[in-house]
This record gives sequence, C-alpha cells and structure tokens, in this order.
Amino acid sequence: MTTLPASLVDNPRLDQWIAFQHGHVILKTGKVEIGQGVLTALAQIAAEELEVPLARLLVVSGETPACPSEGFTSGSNSIVVSGSAVRLVCAEVRAQFLRRVAGELGCTPDDLAIEDGRVLRGGRDTGHDYWSLPIDLARPATGTAPARKPTDYRVVAKGVARIDLPPKIGGAAFIHDLAPENVLHARMLRPPWRGARLVALDEAAVRRAAGTPIEVLREGDLVAFTSEHEFAVMRASAAARALAIWEGGARPSPDAGETEWLMRQPSRDRVVETGSGAVAAGNRVVEATYSRGFLTYGSIGPSCALAEFRDGTLSVWTHSQGPFVLRTWLARTLKISPERINVFHRQGAGCYGHNSADDAAFDAAFVATRVAGRVVRVQWTREDEFSAAPLGAAMAVKLRAVLDQNLRPADWTIEIFSPVHAQRPGMNGSANLLGAEALPEAPPPPAEIADVPDAAGGGATRNGQALYDLPRHRLVHHLLADVPVRTSSLRGLGAYANVFAIESFMDELAELAGLDPVAYRLSLLSDARARHVIETAASMAGWPGPSDAASGRALGLGFARYKNRAAYMAAVAEVEVETEVRLRHVWACVDAGLVINPDGAANQIEGGIIQAASWALKEQVRFADGRVAAATWDDYPILRFSEVPEVDIRLVDAPQEPALGVGEVAIGPTAAAIGNAVARALGVRLRDLPLTRERIMATLLAEK
Amino acid sequence: MSIEFTLNGQSVRLDETDPTRPLLSVLREDFSLHGSRFGCGLEQCGACMVLIDGVPTQSCAREIATIAGHAVTTVEGLLHDGRPHPLQQAFLDEQAGQCGYCLSGILISAAALLAHNTAPSRAEVAAALDRNLCRCGVHNRIIRAVQRAGAAMAAGA
Repeated sequence: MTTLPASLVDNPRLDQWIAFQHGHVILKTGKVEIGQGVLTALAQIAAEELEVPLARLLVVSGETPACPSEGFTSGSNSIVVSGSAVRLVCAEVRAQFLRRVAGELGCTPDDLAIEDGRVLRGGRDTGHDYWSLPIDLARPATGTAPARKPTDYRVVAKGVARIDLPPKIGGAAFIHDLAPENVLHARMLRPPWRGARLVALDEAAVRRAAGTPIEVLREGDLVAFTSEHEFAVMRASAAARALAIWEGGARPSPDAGETEWLMRQPSRDRVVETGSGAVAAGNRVVEATYSRGFLTYGSIGPSCALAEFRDGTLSVWTHSQGPFVLRTWLARTLKISPERINVFHRQGAGCYGHNSADDAAFDAAFVATRVAGRVVRVQWTREDEFSAAPLGAAMAVKLRAVLDQNLRPADWTIEIFSPVHAQRPGMNGSANLLGAEALPEAPPPPAEIADVPDAAGGGATRNGQALYDLPRHRLVHHLLADVPVRTSSLRGLGAYANVFAIESFMDELAELAGLDPVAYRLSLLSDARARHVIETAASMAGWPGPSDAASGRALGLGFARYKNRAAYMAAVAEVEVETEVRLRHVWACVDAGLVINPDGAANQIEGGIIQAASWALKEQVRFADGRVAAATWDDYPILRFSEVPEVDIRLVDAPQEPALGVGEVAIGPTAAAIGNAVARALGVRLRDLPLTRERIMATLLAEK
Repeated sequence: MSIEFTLNGQSVRLDETDPTRPLLSVLREDFSLHGSRFGCGLEQCGACMVLIDGVPTQSCAREIATIAGHAVTTVEGLLHDGRPHPLQQAFLDEQAGQCGYCLSGILISAAALLAHNTAPSRAEVAAALDRNLCRCGVHNRIIRAVQRAGAAMAAGA
C-alpha cells in the first residue's frame, strides 16, 4: 500500500490537479506564491513528469472553486508535500495517457515516448497528443505510476526563470493593482493594543478631515470608512487614529520581550528528555542565556483585499497563505455558508510569516456584506502593519552544559521561554481575525492556546534540540500563553533564537576547551551531511581568517539542520566591528537534497541570509505608552542596500535525496554566524539580539 | 483647478479639486498606471518612486499641485532610445526579484543612475538605491542587474 502525500489524500482526483486546454497544461494548486517562487517549482515538476516544456504550463493557484485544498503555504513544506503530490499525479496522468494511446495504436506503452506532449512511436509522431485525445481524469490517483528518474530530469533540478517575475517588473501584478469599475475604497480603524474597546470617536471631525464625503460603518468596536475616493478614506483613517479614545485591553510594558520580562510571565511548562548517563559530580558547569525581541515581518506593501457580496455569494480576493482555511473562518464569523464563499488568491508583497493578509480579507468581506453589490477594496496603513499585525514571538533561551573530562558537553539543558509562534485562522479553534474580534458578539478568546506541536516542527521549540552528539539532552519549554501581544509565525519560528543560542553556546564551549569552533563542532557531529556543509562553508570563507581577537575583524560560523529534519546549512559571516557591526560577507553551504530550481533556491537562501542579518543587526519591536512604538520605517529600520553583505552560496548536489525545502533554512545559521563573528571580533560576547550599537557599547563598558 | 504636466512623454491635463492629493494617487487612480506602488505613504520605502524632471522622487506624499509644468516618468514610461529599458531585461537575466513589490521603484532609481553612469561600482549602485527598501533580500542580484544593464547600455544595446 503506497502512502500518499497528505495533499493527495485530501484531494485524490486527478482532475483536481491537472487539466489540458488549448495546448496548455493547467496545473491547479492550493499552494500560493508569496514571493518564494513556489509556482515555478511546482510547474517544473509537472512539466517534467508530463514531458512538456515549462512554457506549456499555466498555474491556477489558491482559488477555492478550482484548486485542491492544501491548508497553509508555510513552513518550507510546499515542495515536500505539494511537490510530491504533483509528481505522483502527473506521472499517473502520463501513464494513463500512454496506455490510452497504446490501445488506439495496438501497441504497448513501452513502444511510445512523449515529446512536447505529443506521442512518438519509433521516433515518429503518432498524431496523438494530450489535447487531441482526452483521457478520464475524474478518478482517484493511485500513486502507483512510476515517476521519472532524477538522472533523466530535463526540467527539474535545472535553473529556470521564475514564471511570475516578468509582470512584476514594471507591470500591475499585485492584488493592489486590481481596479474594478466603481470600486468602493475602505480603511479600517484598528485598536492601538490588544483587546482595547472603543470609547469615543468624533465622527464629525473624521468626516471633516476626509475632505470629501465618506460613509462611516461601525459595529461594536469595528469601524470602517468608505468612499469612491481612496485618498478621502486615507485621510479619514489617519484622522480617526488620532481622534479615537480607547480603554481596557492588555497593554505591553516598555520591557516587553526582554529576557527578564519573558522569564517572569506565567508559563505552562513541559520537559522533553532524551539520552541517559550519569554525570560525575564536580564536573564543570557552563550556563548562558540568549534572547531575541519581538519582530515584525515588515512587508514593503501593506495588506490588501477585495470582496463583493452579490446574490448571497461572497467573493474575496486575498493574498492569504491559506485561502481554504480563510474561507472556513469567514463563513463562521460572517455567518455565511462556506458553499456561498469563493476565495481567490492574488499576489501581494513578500510574505515572511503570518501577516495581516487574512485580517484584511475579513475587513473587506465584512464591509462587502454591509454594502451588497459593491466591490470593496481595503488596504492597511503602514502604521497598522507595525502595530496591529501579528508579531514574531520574543524568546529567551537558557543553555546549561555539564562538561566531561575533555570539556565536551555530557549533560545538556535548553530552557525556552516564549509566547506561541502560530495563531493563524483556525488555530486553537479560534478565527484569529482581528476585525471579527471587534464585533459586538465576538466569541471569547480560546481558554488555552497551544504552540505548533513538535511533530509539526515545533514553534518555540523549533531547532531547540541541538543536532550534536549529546549523551543526555533535556529541553524545557516554558509556553507563555498570556502575553499582551498577538504573536504568530515569522520565518523560521523558534529556529532563529534557538540556533543563535545553541551555536553561540557551542563557540563559548569551544573557547573554554581551547579548540577552534569548527574543529570542536566536528568532534561532536557524526551526521555526514552536517559535517560536509560545515567543512565546505569554512573552506569557502578561508576559515579561520584573521586570528587576532580584538582586531575588530573576524569570521564566525553557524550551523543547523532546519527543523532537525529538513535542509542543512552552515554559514560563515565576516564582520568588522568598532561601535557598530559592519557585515562584509556571508558564505553558505546548503544541502537541501533534490533542488527543483537551483537558481530559485539560491535566491531564497540569499534572501534569507540578508533578512536574518537585518533581524540580527537591527530589528526589534519596541513598546512605549502601552503600545507598539513603531509607526514608520524610521522606528523600525531594516538593512539597506549600502549595508548588505556580499553573499556566496554553494548548494550540495544531492538529487538522489528527497527534496527538503529552503525557504527558512538560512535564518538560524546566519544569525549565529554573525553573533559568533562579532564575539570573535570584539573579544566579548553579546547574547541578546539585535546586536545594536547601544548593546555593543554597553557590553564593552561592562567589560572595562 | 486644472493642472498640466508631462506624463511619460505626453502632455496631460488634470481637473483636480484637491491640490494636496498625492501624485501616486493620481497616477494609479486617474491614469490607471499601477506600476508605481503604495508602500508607506511616508516617503520612506521608495516603492512609489518616479522620475520628476529626471530626478528619482517619491510620489506617495508629493502634492499634485507641485507637479504642474514638470515632467513625470513612471516605470511604464521607462524607455531608453525609445525601446524598453535595458534594466528590465537585466533584471530578468539576473532573476533579480522575489516578491517584486519594490522593483518598479528600484528600476526608477537605477535608471536615473545609469543615465549618467553606465559603469557604476557596487558602492555607487548601493548609494543610488539606498532610499529603496527591499525586504526579500534580493539586493545583490539587483546590484548585479543594474551593472549588467549599464554594460549593455555602454555597448549600445
């Protein structure tokens, strides 16, 4: 019995995935393009198995009436889960098609070959192709047709140009660019902190500020301003933001996200122990605590959605990562049957985690149901993107090692203090849609919230288990369930802080043992693929580089296997530090098994490196006056062109290994490499991210 | 009031009741030019960059009344010797994009640089693009694409 990929179990019929129309192959997928190039990779897999050129593929993505339901596009899972479904489906379609043609011709399928969708027999065109000889696709996939061998690949594992890129270079490719006739523009008023209730709003003053007549729609604490003129509602929402008076709710203190704050929050604790072995009393014990603050995903484009409620049917256009899940929760919150809701994915700006796309979709859908027959377009403001969208959870990570006689860790404990890393729609049985929470009869928040289970890669615990050969390992997860901040998934989830902590700690232990950090790691690492990426990255960078500590210039290394079961990556960073970190260069080696589109993967890894560098050097959401203290990019700076490092990537050629996905692989190793390089350059270690000038100065002063 | 200006080489006239409306709003709503993007509305991210008399300028907060008599070029009007700009091909050749939302603003800043320097160094490209934010981390590919386009222009492509 073949085990089918989850996507195929949920959507078993071949015609849920593939159709042939007018010389094109239509590939239908529940996964969505969020800037990562997934549609190109899935199209490559389909083209490979059907033996057609990539140019014949048209991809329909994330449209509930047409596409297979595949949950969320997240967690670097798309190639693993959806890619294997597409591969099995297309292999089966090809096999059925060849059997059908063989029947027509009175030969066996083995006598036939396919080129550009046409069937050849003995190298000669038989006159049959996918488009002229229809086959019955309305049947379940069996998953038994053999897929093409990696050694025969013609499209997969080749660097191909992204299919979505041309219209994005100067065109109108985004959801923001949909411009239906007579569109009604809307802007929302958002509570300035979680759970705030609207006490008063001077609507007359808002209307005056709008300049042009607007409508004000208010139900409970949910307020929308609408007009045919977008600028009028932009002005209205800016004015309302300043005029609205709020009370109640939970207000974060200025130190929210710092180590001490995290450690004093109420927590639900659990312990995961592996290995055994008694450790002799009197052995040396080393401890250190690391942290990251709250982060925001910071897409360049604010979230946008359109919706229309007509003849009892709701249509929603969104850049949600989970169009089918969104449909379910729009149905429940707006009390419309899911059969009367169609959700259509359209591309937004880059998505690096759970952003406000679903919230914006609810906003548009809500307003649309109140102005039936009109197409409503909602766009979020930059301020609300900072203050009202979900944040990546702050974390404190405390490490403790009892060393053996050779100063290698014999007993290892990691304690993780963190709010949850996933509150997407539907999680914890809750809609998790901001607008729905403000409605008069909003259901109470869930009694207990959970983090991503370890079996799904973990949330706060993601990469919490060090991959090194540790005789005894203890992981303590302190789940902080009641924090005054809406936290959810941001690229890599807990891996960012955990890998930073573990890899910083490894360097500290190596230093204690008087060993080179690379040599020390290799002495604790039996996994051959792990060793290979570390050795390669070190060699690419000319490890160990400048050896004199306090020269202000140094290399540092970081390593992880994402989720401990996905792609391996080692990174080496070169920094120059005086009072500020100048990141000069990053070298990285990645083993992701079979890579569908090597150039696309390299692009993702390069981007992950730069984003991780931006987080590690600059980014932290701060709080003041009981609310997020960032309203503009001045308050939340990110890495600029003049600050980005040069990047060199090497992908391990491993087409025989399963594909592992690369979207989030770079986050942890890059941050760790930078942290270790800074420690070597300064001769002093900083354990709290981001590594800002203020922290460097404070650390240097404390040393003196 | 009536505002006359040049838009992508054509003289245009706009009957506008609100002289404080941003240029970006006019471009997107009145002229259906959707290449220039709304990012922040605060002149901080560069997604809305256009050329005003050849100078890269944010359009998201630029009041339309101040545009009278000036020449505005958006990414849709970005031509070189009357043909599509070499930058656009170079960005495809280098696959210099992920989500793509920042790219039209970056093309504008880069075009202004290449208009007077077709062989910019890495540091010169970075300086010219420093007002443009990219969140996907495509910076290095973008820098290479700008240099590639400059080389193509110098070679008369």
